[in-house]
Amino acid sequence: METTKTENPAQNEPPKAPSSMSFLKNHMREYGMLLALVAIMAMFQILTDGTLMRPANLTNLFLQNSYIIIMAIGMLLVIVAGHIDLSVGSVVGFIGALAAVMSVNYDLPTVLVVPVCLLMGLLIGAAQGYWVAYWKIPSFIVTLAGMLIFRGLTLALLEGQSVGPFPRSFQLLSTGFIPDVFGVGRPNITAMVLGIFAAVAIIFLAARQRAQALRYGIQDEPFAFFFVKNALVAVALIYISYLLATYRGLPNVLITMAVLVAVYTFITNSTTIGRRVYAVGGNEKAAKLSGINTERLTFFTFANMGMLAALAGLIFAARLNTATPKAGFAFELDVIAAVFIGGASMTGGVGKVIGAVVGALIMGVMNNGMSILGVGIDWQQVIKGAVLLAAVIFDVYNKRKAR
Amino acid sequence: MQNVILEMRDITKEFPGVKALDRVNLQVKSGEIHALVGENGAGKSTLMKVLSGVYPHGSYSGDILFEGKTMAFNTIRDSEDQGIIIIHQELALVPLLSIAENLFLGNENVEGGRINWPHTFSRTQELLAKVGLSESPSTKVGSLGVGKQQLIEIAKALAKKVKLLILDEPTAALQENDSAKLLDLLLEFKAQGISSILITHKLNEISRVADSITVIRDGASVSTLDCRANTISEADIIRDMVGRDMANRYPSRDVAIGQQLMSVSNWNVWHPVNNERQVVENIHFDVCAGEVVGIAGLMGSGRTELAMSIFGQSYGKNIQGEVKMRGVPIDVSSVPKAIKSGLAYVTEDRKELGLVLDESIKINTTMAALNRVSERGVINKSEEHQVAEEYRKALRVRTPSVLQTVGNLSGGNQQKVVLSKWLYSQPDVLILDEPTRGIDVGAKFEIYSIINELAKDGKGVLMISSEMPELLGMCDRIYVMNEGRFEGVLNKDEASQEKIMSMIVKA
Repeated sequence: METTKTENPAQNEPPKAPSSMSFLKNHMREYGMLLALVAIMAMFQILTDGTLMRPANLTNLFLQNSYIIIMAIGMLLVIVAGHIDLSVGSVVGFIGALAAVMSVNYDLPTVLVVPVCLLMGLLIGAAQGYWVAYWKIPSFIVTLAGMLIFRGLTLALLEGQSVGPFPRSFQLLSTGFIPDVFGVGRPNITAMVLGIFAAVAIIFLAARQRAQALRYGIQDEPFAFFFVKNALVAVALIYISYLLATYRGLPNVLITMAVLVAVYTFITNSTTIGRRVYAVGGNEKAAKLSGINTERLTFFTFANMGMLAALAGLIFAARLNTATPKAGFAFELDVIAAVFIGGASMTGGVGKVIGAVVGALIMGVMNNGMSILGVGIDWQQVIKGAVLLAAVIFDVYNKRKAR
Repeated sequence: MQNVILEMRDITKEFPGVKALDRVNLQVKSGEIHALVGENGAGKSTLMKVLSGVYPHGSYSGDILFEGKTMAFNTIRDSEDQGIIIIHQELALVPLLSIAENLFLGNENVEGGRINWPHTFSRTQELLAKVGLSESPSTKVGSLGVGKQQLIEIAKALAKKVKLLILDEPTAALQENDSAKLLDLLLEFKAQGISSILITHKLNEISRVADSITVIRDGASVSTLDCRANTISEADIIRDMVGRDMANRYPSRDVAIGQQLMSVSNWNVWHPVNNERQVVENIHFDVCAGEVVGIAGLMGSGRTELAMSIFGQSYGKNIQGEVKMRGVPIDVSSVPKAIKSGLAYVTEDRKELGLVLDESIKINTTMAALNRVSERGVINKSEEHQVAEEYRKALRVRTPSVLQTVGNLSGGNQQKVVLSKWLYSQPDVLILDEPTRGIDVGAKFEIYSIINELAKDGKGVLMISSEMPELLGMCDRIYVMNEGRFEGVLNKDEASQEKIMSMIVKA
């Protein structure tokens, strides 16, 4: 029986090797935000007469945004699974308060305080995830309740006061730097070596992936594009690590962040759990009928979010060196905005860890750049809102064009 | 000669790639009950949507004449203004609002911007009396049973000065005495001069109330029968409903049927929300190795509910009964357990329930058995790719690569991806629910060939379908299901469309 005529003939043609430019055009959704980040950085670099990329400011930029990036990773999973977590800002405040009470009021050692706080975050996330996953209560409502509850508990725990300062060991969570094992100090050779190592690792992994894809004949990325992309990423990494090396080296927080990004990229790309979270967000009913335990996965994403929010809370408290009742206020909005700027879909099933990180960096660079320029907090808000809207419109536009 | 209230002339409606209606004619006389019959998918609902303005004027060709005037409806509102009111199979009531609020929803008694509640309530009482209900107007609609809700829908139609009432399978979800009450009501309306169009599958209802019958088949009107002039036998209607040729649309299969694989006994399922409604009643059946077993039945007969309740209790409440695989009872209380026990279920609705449309063929293929390509929770991507590629070739999915997003595939190719997913989970028995719905003839043939290959491999196939020719062409045995029960089983050589239809309509 002749059946081919009923199919779209275009589907039968072998893929053509596109030029680098047309490839970029077709993958605008993937690379658009990265290009936007580079453009925004270049713009502020010019507007601030080079202040943006000064080693001290760059270090500051990472310290300032580390907790947003860490939470964006967790939020990405929650949003990919088709939910939202509004409580993270309050959890940041609550965990900071808990850490302050434990280390300042009760003089407990940091090695005890940190795991207890992380466990507490995990429990908070699990408690919220339980209602969302097993009782099917909308996450918006559960976490809105959580947002109020933990803000209130923060106030109660701190009795409305600021508590601090933290012991030195606790402060290192945020303000510590990787010491230079080579003993040079400045420039920090360890930082340089780690930067080069990371660049080499990324090129190695990308090359391996490309080789594999070529073996299956599914590679449509032109070599020139592949080469330029990875060369640029490597150069950027090495350049940034060089800049940081000329100041105080790599902040502890940057390492924590890099490890988290690597681990969660692996989880989302290569593990069954990650794959299934995408399936649940993409089509929950189909996932369930394929034998996927959708409830348990939803529960996990919230527990994980709670733990990462706790980690962010510890880092934030350590950075301020005091726990205040207002700590973490409205952080959830920055985190959620970062994830959506990074290309995640409101309806779930779509989004990447690296996208969320880029989204958080866009927000961070804009905050930082505008502050240097002396733009008032009022206009900063307006501009950030406009950028969020523009990013999502850009995404929707590209999606429509693809159809 | 009676006046003609409605005439639909040469109505043709096309959807992309499909001609849903092909020059259909329908003539309803003033003050009669006109029955519209035909198989699922014959085009009855489409025709009624054209009439009521769901498909606006211009999206179809042909003329609609109502009370002698040519009509051009652009919205439901337009047809309602003329007195044409349609009551859909799925009731359009708001369960949390009261009867009074529902009856006048969008049609409120307003005076100077305020709703006149006393007037609304007294009108509601009048209308309720007309349909034989004595509920208080402030009762919440959600607290009523389906039968009464159906009557509320009719009362709602009466609130809008109805001239022509269209009921789409109004008794499908009703108990016998509720159905009788509803039909009596139609006769009463007829006495008052209101015409009705009754879409139904139940021939006993037709012979009880209908004045004339129009049979629709494959998007064309086949015949119009006048019940008053001469008595119409059910056999005549059935022949008109199903009569079509079916030469060589099904690949032949030569497989020796083996040992019994799966057997289901005493299977009972209740509705997940409505505790009183039993959806599946005391069903027994079995499937052997190499056998293709069909379940025939109309939509709403409980076929899908039966399949989903067996597949990990994905539907229903209070499920009772036993499932055995090769004589050994198996646990099917959750989907993962059902899959582990060797079951697979290809859903009726592949877009809603079968696929993650934003993901690639590869990811969809391994979704139900991801553990087979992974070790300690880490996916072996090259193995996964090979597996997906293998199935893509075996099932002839027409795309250059398995990285293609399934949302962009044609219906036939999507269905092949769903089949790939379940074949990769290595089941013993596959339940296929409407496996060829919405795909073109060529792709259907390929799906049938795949089913035959499965039988050849010694798997058992349970095939649910609304298309009787398909069941007759493919199945070794056909169970006939109606209203949650199996009415009987027919072997390949004794089965015919007439026999199946009469088992359903005479039950």
